[in-house]
Amino acid sequence: MNNDEEKILLKITDNKKPTGAFNIRLNKKSVKKQITDNVNIISKAENKGLDIIIKEDTPLEFIYLPVILSESGLTDIVYNDFYIHKNAKVYIIAGCAIKTNSNKKSTHNGIHRFFVDEGANVTYIENHYGEGHNHSKIFNPTTEVYLKNNASMEIKTTQIEGVDNSIRITKAEIGKNATLTINEKILTNKDNYTESQFEVNLNGENSSCQITSRACATDTSTQIFKSNVNGNNKSFAHIECDAIIKDQAKVTSIPAVNANHSEANLTHEASIGKIAKDEIEKLMTLGLTEIEAEQKIIDGFLK
Amino acid sequence: MLKLNNISYIIDNKTILNNINLTLEDNKTYIITGPNGSGKSTLAKIIMGINKPTSGTILLNNEDVTNNSITIRAQKGISYGYQSPVKFKGLTIADIINISTNKINSNEELSTILASVGLNYDEYSNRELNDKLSGGEMKRIEIAGIINRPSKITILDEPEAGIDLWSFNDLVELFSNPKFKKNKTTIIISHQQKLFKIADEIILLKNGKIEKICNNGNYQDLLNCHNYCCQKRCKHE
Ligand SMILES: Nc1ncnc2c1ncn2[C@@H]1O[C@H](COP(=O)(O)OP(=O)(O)OP(=O)(O)O)[C@@H](O)[C@H]1O
Ligand SMILES: [Mg+2]
Repeated sequence: MNNDEEKILLKITDNKKPTGAFNIRLNKKSVKKQITDNVNIISKAENKGLDIIIKEDTPLEFIYLPVILSESGLTDIVYNDFYIHKNAKVYIIAGCAIKTNSNKKSTHNGIHRFFVDEGANVTYIENHYGEGHNHSKIFNPTTEVYLKNNASMEIKTTQIEGVDNSIRITKAEIGKNATLTINEKILTNKDNYTESQFEVNLNGENSSCQITSRACATDTSTQIFKSNVNGNNKSFAHIECDAIIKDQAKVTSIPAVNANHSEANLTHEASIGKIAKDEIEKLMTLGLTEIEAEQKIIDGFLK
Repeated sequence: MLKLNNISYIIDNKTILNNINLTLEDNKTYIITGPNGSGKSTLAKIIMGINKPTSGTILLNNEDVTNNSITIRAQKGISYGYQSPVKFKGLTIADIINISTNKINSNEELSTILASVGLNYDEYSNRELNDKLSGGEMKRIEIAGIINRPSKITILDEPEAGIDLWSFNDLVELFSNPKFKKNKTTIIISHQQKLFKIADEIILLKNGKIEKICNNGNYQDLLNCHNYCCQKRCKHE
């Protein structure tokens, strides 16, 4: 990896160098891989992706799976399957950084499936970052989650900047007493387009799901948020979509909750609007300019 | 020193402030009191630059700041603690204290600042300034930010509102501390007679006008004034 590649790698790993179990994928090929006693990473045929197997009762392991596209004009489709066995605990940091130096489109489609066994606990961090020519950096992540009884998973996704076009799909099937928490943060600017879709089935008794999406859309960018949550059993779900708009940006929020069981308790909240005037004024009374105040509020909102 | 010359504020054909003239000196504490709706917060917002006066001028240390923005006035040393503190999704208590004090405070410093208004660092510093905080908690955070902010004119709008009695006594003590009053003008908008005692002057505002100013040094005068406010209010009630 060259210097530039190292730099954009750190953008998606929360500034940490991968240690423990990891696989670094650069321009469609695995360039560095390390496994541990508890975490096995097996490459699928023809570099199509990975099988990541986490042993039963693993106490807590960190796994890094960054993807980097630094050559323009590549389309990288990756299939990663995670098998998290009973009562294992893992923290997975994945994501993709694209750097382009021409108008040729670079596309990353990551299809990630999580098979989370009984009692296992997963934290999954996914960061997306783009740098270089406009209209050239395309990210289409698909995440599928299968939670068995008493399993829990927390997903934190962040679209930091430079993502020109993105369709994000998250699907989940949730079992008895299992919990899924999703926190999504998306910033769009210029004429970026991002669509984020959630399809969740609460199948088990006392299953629950909480989706929080915070978005900031500026310039002439567009964001669409769609969620479809089905309460098929005694279950709980809360969906919250909060968006700040600036300039000529557009945001649409289409949250759907479907109760198919009399004890399904499902709520959604959506609010879209400019930054409140009194928030900006308050920060100005503390010496910030209007522009600084706005930036501070957006940074905090998406932190 | 802050000087208000012929300040009037008219909105929707309604006169909210009517020809206010005031000179407020350094090292002194002023209480502004008066009935609900008399224009106290409006006057504070005009000094801060949040509201623009319809007419009149504002001088800060003999410099005309009437046309200065909120930001410039803040940078020149005017600060204002809101009657109803603003909520933010995303900013934490530590964030707002750091912005208020113009610096990144260490954990120890933050802990001292929060303790001064009775808040525990571990419990509060990373909490968001959102609806989940109680009214009294919001108020304490607002006060903590403003009293620790370097400034020449400090305005606090009803600091006692929503604060429990025990903490209120601490506040009174803090405001009477000579160190706190030093090298600046303190303006406290308040309905609390207990605070009147620490003031050098008490300004009574009614219907957008200065009804009476009671001077310092003459305790009887202060008492009279406070009776005066009381009588007036009792009559209406
Ligand atoms: N933007 C506005 N438009 C119309 N009327 C306003 C506006 N802002 C304030 N007022 C009115 O001006 C008057 C003074 O309000 P202000 O908030 O200054 O009162 P106050 O003395 O601080 O009262 P309180 O003791 O209740 O805090 C009130 O009658 C209020 O309704
Ligand atoms: Mg008021």
